[in-house]
Amino acid sequence: MTDKPTLLTVDKLCVDFRAGEKVTHAVKDVSFKIDHGETLALVGESGSGKTVSALSILQLLPYPAASHPGGEICFKGENLLALPPDGLRHVRGNQISMIFQEPMTSLNPLHTIERQIAEVLRIHKGITGDAARARVLDLLTKVGIQNAEERLASYPHQLSGGQRQRVMIAMALANEPDLLIADEPTTALDVTIQAQILELLLQLKAEFNMAMLLITHDLGIVRKMADHVCVMHQGKIVERGPTSDIFERPKDDYTRHLIASEPKGSPPPADGSAKTILKTDDLKVWFPIKRGFLRRTVGHVKAVDGVNVDVREGQTLGVVGESGSGKTTLGQAILRLISSDGPIVYLGERIDGFNSKQMRPLRKDLQIVFQDPYGSLSPRMSIGQIIEEGLLIQNPDISSEDREARVARALEEVGLDPKVRDRYPHEFSGGQRQRIAIARALVLEPKFLILDEPTSALDVSVQAQIVDLLRDLQRRHRLAYLFISHDLKVVRALANSILVLRHGKVVEQGASQDVFANPKTDYTKALLAAAFELETTPAGAVST
Amino acid sequence: MDAPTDVSVTEEIAAAGIPQPRPWVSALNKRRWQTFKANKRGYWSLWIFLTLFILSLFAEFIANDKPIVVEYEGQYYWPIFKAYPETDFGGIFETEADYRDPVVQDLITENGGWMLWPPIRFSYNTQNKNPPMAFPVKPTWLLSDKDCELAVEKGFHPCDPSLEWNWLGTDDQGRDVVARIIYGFRISVLFGLVLTIFSTIIGVAAGAIQGYFGGWTDLLFQRFIEIWTSVPQLYLLIIVAAVIEPNFWILLGILLAFSWVALVGVVRAEFLRARNFEYVTAARALGLPNGKIIFKHLLPNAMVATLTFMPFILNGSITTLTSLDFLGFGLPPGSPSLGELLAQGKDNLQAPWLGLTAFFVIAIMLSLLIFVGEAVRDALDPRKTLT
Repeated sequence: MTDKPTLLTVDKLCVDFRAGEKVTHAVKDVSFKIDHGETLALVGESGSGKTVSALSILQLLPYPAASHPGGEICFKGENLLALPPDGLRHVRGNQISMIFQEPMTSLNPLHTIERQIAEVLRIHKGITGDAARARVLDLLTKVGIQNAEERLASYPHQLSGGQRQRVMIAMALANEPDLLIADEPTTALDVTIQAQILELLLQLKAEFNMAMLLITHDLGIVRKMADHVCVMHQGKIVERGPTSDIFERPKDDYTRHLIASEPKGSPPPADGSAKTILKTDDLKVWFPIKRGFLRRTVGHVKAVDGVNVDVREGQTLGVVGESGSGKTTLGQAILRLISSDGPIVYLGERIDGFNSKQMRPLRKDLQIVFQDPYGSLSPRMSIGQIIEEGLLIQNPDISSEDREARVARALEEVGLDPKVRDRYPHEFSGGQRQRIAIARALVLEPKFLILDEPTSALDVSVQAQIVDLLRDLQRRHRLAYLFISHDLKVVRALANSILVLRHGKVVEQGASQDVFANPKTDYTKALLAAAFELETTPAGAVST
Repeated sequence: MDAPTDVSVTEEIAAAGIPQPRPWVSALNKRRWQTFKANKRGYWSLWIFLTLFILSLFAEFIANDKPIVVEYEGQYYWPIFKAYPETDFGGIFETEADYRDPVVQDLITENGGWMLWPPIRFSYNTQNKNPPMAFPVKPTWLLSDKDCELAVEKGFHPCDPSLEWNWLGTDDQGRDVVARIIYGFRISVLFGLVLTIFSTIIGVAAGAIQGYFGGWTDLLFQRFIEIWTSVPQLYLLIIVAAVIEPNFWILLGILLAFSWVALVGVVRAEFLRARNFEYVTAARALGLPNGKIIFKHLLPNAMVATLTFMPFILNGSITTLTSLDFLGFGLPPGSPSLGELLAQGKDNLQAPWLGLTAFFVIAIMLSLLIFVGEAVRDALDPRKTLT
């Protein structure tokens, strides 16, 4: 390794995107440096240009729609922007490698793990055959894949999300790069696995003496991982400095806003005397596994297995758990969007036997807000149409003026200007869309609202706003919430009582102060440690 | 990758104060139209095709054996719309006047009357009774001196200024080829369009139902389609043609019975994908009935795939009709049809103008449609950006 003072220097980098006549300046005059063995974090909200800056280093942007009107990227004294394609290929995956956010789609589903990793070795080092296999095994062991030998022949779909991300890291490390670019490496993972992956990255970085460019929106990760931080906002770096300085003495308004925007506040105290809105008793959702020629049922996937829920007026029940724990299935079963066994009682009436016609009048009382504000609004309908759709079905008799007024009122309640109702969803940001989705549910004046990860697709600062909005709406309308989330910080800010799910079963249930203060089971303890401290717990308590 | 977001839409609108009226075409459709126009070949093909098609819709005004308007003794007659007996013009027969007959023409013109003829004085079934040679007659401009000598020798119409022009000759029954291709083009395109529209409606409906409900509905329907598509169409047509004489609508019905499956797969796949979208679940949570969800939320998703396929289905429909006509199982004898002209070309190799004309007309028509189809496909492709 050379003893050059800096490994990578990005100097006044600009990136433009052209779509038709319109030119978007995605990145403006961004400069930063990374030394050997150092970790630099690029922090910012979505759309701030952090990913685009990182992709420019390896020139992975969609050229020619993207262009670099100015700037320089010097890697070991060589300007990467001026490098011919052959030279670039030598750098990519060899000296600089990258891991992406989504482990589901960044591995080729048709290749085995061995082939994917060996490919990198073959291309850059010319290692093939037994030597390659030995190296792949070594790498898989290093990234903490158990039974590495058996895993060689596995395909990506046979691995869990965390394992896939480990494989991605093994691929990235195969040629011992000098710089690792990690683009939101843990955003798509569960909290417990996120903690494990971060731990692994730290350990490997020390072992290989790598530099790391970490792109994230999560300040908790930055605090744990980075030496230096660059805060990006609207394509510019607004503040830079050593991590501790940034967190302790933020100078820029935006940085301060970002640091202050973790969900705050606490839920109203639990009120045992409040009227029970919805109750389930031993609710089960079992999906049959069918085998053989006659499709006989040989077993069940127990997505939800004996869950008791009790949601009271003006109160919030938080449902937490990792992905695959049955949280969303539980929500959809309560709304009778999927079939289930066991009584569901709404205001003293059993609704689990109702058919879709009988359910229809109840739909206006039981509403749901989904996780992905990009997917939950029909792109071809205007905001007004989206919100009034439920009214047209549930209250067909009201006049069109009245309907307009209700739509306008719902938009005002979620903090949007009623004038936006003629516009289409794509013209709004994620947070605004989530507000629209909430308005769609609110316009029917529901009594019970299921919030299915309403904040996970949003930026941190927007998350806090949505949490505040939800708490405010609950207070005003005495709404009962079933709040589903994997994000314990958000749950703590909203829920009076908590239900921890794992593999469809309740692990722990109780008032939220009690659960947060004195978790009883190991699983809950691990979950809390991972969520609040980004710490891993001894093996066994959580999945890998 | 991070998508650039517009953070301050609400503020912008609030600043503007007034709600902006929605443009008539959405931004997306405007962009699609731009992409379509950017494909020059497809764009021009569309205009050429539309011009030809609209012209062919007025075939009666371009090629007809009746004048458009006749003035006779101060009165106007419209033979193109109404049949007048010869007696109206002072003739002797009570049947419809044959305006190509010199006797009738003399009757009309001798008292200062006049006739306005279409540019081509043959309809698709008009026989040229005064040909310069035996049928099929050469295109008039190809007649050589030797042909003219032979015409005089054999007692055909001599090559003098009174000889009627057949721009592309006649077929083996003495009917003008230009007139036949004008009418033939029209019937081909109309048949193709009607077949395409009906098979799209049925196909989309079937695909929608299968995709939306899934499960047993889907399973049974799919098996039915597999069996149905394995029924040999051509044999069925031959059997039907042996029992009843096929006309336009019977042919359409038989072909429709098989062509609707073309779109089912695409629409079904689109529905299977989209029915799990969150906005569809949201619509169910709002209590919307299935029909409303299909029409409002899911169909628009399938429209892109459907529109992309339509020009190609149209092409396929036209080709099917042409090939049936070529084999003789198509439209009833005497109908103007491109396939029948092709068959004549095959039977009369000594008259290459028949085969060549039919070939070029079909080739140009199908190519124009394919070019349009390609441009439509580009325009609806979300990944295609204007460069």
